[in-house]
Amino acid sequence: MSQLDIDRLSVEFRVRGQVIRAVDELSYSLSSGQTLVLLGESGSGKSVSALAVMGLLETPPAVITGGEIRFDGTDLLALSRKQARSFRGRRISMIFQDALSALNPVLSVGFQIAEMMRVHEGLSKADSRQRAIELMERVRIPAAAKRFGDYPHEFSGGMRQRIMIAMALALSPDFLIADEPTTALDVTVQAQIVALLGELRQETSMGMVLITHDLGLAADVADRIAVMYAGRIVEAAPAADLYRAPAHPYTAGLLASIPRASRKGHALLPIKGSPPSLAAVPSGCAFHPRCPMSTERCSIERPELRTLSDGRTSACHYAEEVSNALA
Amino acid sequence: MPSPENVLDVQQLVKHFPVRRSLLRRQTGAIKAVDGVDLQLRQGETLGLVGESGCGKSTLARLLMALERPTSGQVLFHGEDIHALSGSRLRALRRRIQIILQDPYTSLNPRMTVGDIVGEPFEIHRDAAPRGSKRTRVGELLEVVGLDPDHVNRYPHQFSGGQRQRIGIARALALRPEVVICDEPVSALDVSVQAQVINLLVSLQSEFSLSYVFIAHDLSVVRHVSDRVAVMYLGKIVETGSHAEIYDHAAHPYTQALLSAAPEPDPELRGQRSTIVLEGDVPSPADPPSGCHFRTRCWLAEPRCADEEPELTVRPGSEHPTACHFAAESPKVDH
Repeated sequence: MSQLDIDRLSVEFRVRGQVIRAVDELSYSLSSGQTLVLLGESGSGKSVSALAVMGLLETPPAVITGGEIRFDGTDLLALSRKQARSFRGRRISMIFQDALSALNPVLSVGFQIAEMMRVHEGLSKADSRQRAIELMERVRIPAAAKRFGDYPHEFSGGMRQRIMIAMALALSPDFLIADEPTTALDVTVQAQIVALLGELRQETSMGMVLITHDLGLAADVADRIAVMYAGRIVEAAPAADLYRAPAHPYTAGLLASIPRASRKGHALLPIKGSPPSLAAVPSGCAFHPRCPMSTERCSIERPELRTLSDGRTSACHYAEEVSNALA
Repeated sequence: MPSPENVLDVQQLVKHFPVRRSLLRRQTGAIKAVDGVDLQLRQGETLGLVGESGCGKSTLARLLMALERPTSGQVLFHGEDIHALSGSRLRALRRRIQIILQDPYTSLNPRMTVGDIVGEPFEIHRDAAPRGSKRTRVGELLEVVGLDPDHVNRYPHQFSGGQRQRIGIARALALRPEVVICDEPVSALDVSVQAQVINLLVSLQSEFSLSYVFIAHDLSVVRHVSDRVAVMYLGKIVETGSHAEIYDHAAHPYTQALLSAAPEPDPELRGQRSTIVLEGDVPSPADPPSGCHFRTRCWLAEPRCADEEPELTVRPGSEHPTACHFAAESPKVDH
């Protein structure tokens, strides 16, 4: 049983004398076998936090300004690049939204999957080829042996996403970070990929961090959900609790604004305004200009993420009132 | 059949894009983007058009706007074939059918101010606004879509995604159209902003008695706004009916699969809903399967489906038109 702990991770971008804090004291923990969903809109910092965990941020302009990324107690940020690399890729791997740009267009997909095993495990060419074909079969690519030598552009979007998943699984990681893995796909293909990820997690007891903006997808796969807004987690809870009784006005607003069968014929209940630019995050609680419950205190005092009586966490001064009002 | 309450009447519409190879540019095949579509848009209603990427929804939108000439078939606007018009009569028609595009970032010219963007339709159609009234009209339009008329001299990059989509809506409304084609109008927007734009579109519809063709891949958005829904697969309408007929009594296997694949925002339904996971991908429109286009992914397919193309018509298994030999409401799909 492995454990991934992100502890007060902060990431800043320094561009032309301007400092943009993209991730602000982000913390979460995950054991293998669990699925955590990071839910947020564009610019909420969810993808940047994942890239930081994977060591894929470009420095400069991005700088990790604080926090720890602990894998079974070892802080990856305290290790040398080379030492950290043996955790990343091997123990934690990642899949991306756009498989076409994440795969190398001039190498065959089979070569790219086999390369993982040759570099990290020192397998021979013949052995790595065999393993790659097995992995392609495992992610249900039809006629895997025949398609080993095909190039990324010869596959459909759904099949390319399967290739990415096969690459991510090549070294049997303990954790998989999936950044919007189905956003570019059609709904019937999304259902295939979600089903595949579900089966793989059952077989391997791999832990998964799924990043999405889709409240439907989050409801379908998450054990726990952490909601992000302007670089911070504003609420975290088991999935069912979060949807039943949100403890942050932003979560409540998101849930109220999506169209459902029961709201047909009525106006939707949107959140006013739009998500803030990270270059100009509002004072106090970043959500206060859009919040229906905000008071003067909210514009001055930043609410810290705190644990409520039922074990959930919320970064709202009035978290108790929010859940009571909706219960 | 032209009927007075139909604003748009689409009859057997076909659009094939030729595929040419070699030096001689001989036609070697065709992309069958729209392959025999019949549709009616009634006065004041919203017709939802759903389907996956590549099914031909956007080509259909361009045909309805007379931006693309059909290979065969007709689009009748109040009984008049829009593709037979030219010159001043075509220009007059364009005022009455407008479009809202998906991407508010690329559909607005970054070098034009908001006032110029929303006022441009009046430059093209000089008689639409009396001399000297353009500024006032632009201000009114910005107010109607919930933007500050004082921001008329700002540029698109100074607005958020949701505000930019409002600019696109103001531009579409400038000439007081009767029909607005909404091509994925909210899919590029953040979740918290989508609802604002949906509410705006709904309230503008009654204020200006607009008829909408609402194209989207998000089934819950389409259910919310539509009076009637048409489901498209590989260039053809496979099922059409009222929103309740489609969402609660779907009879075509593709519609059933599509509805069951869309995740519901409720974790407590997990494991309780039956999900139909289709095999494979949508085939290429350059080489669609014979007979029923959906048969290669259909769990009900029989040899008959390969030989005989099912027509879109009312069948024993359901009260609304479907294009499936075996149309039936069961298996009941919970969604």
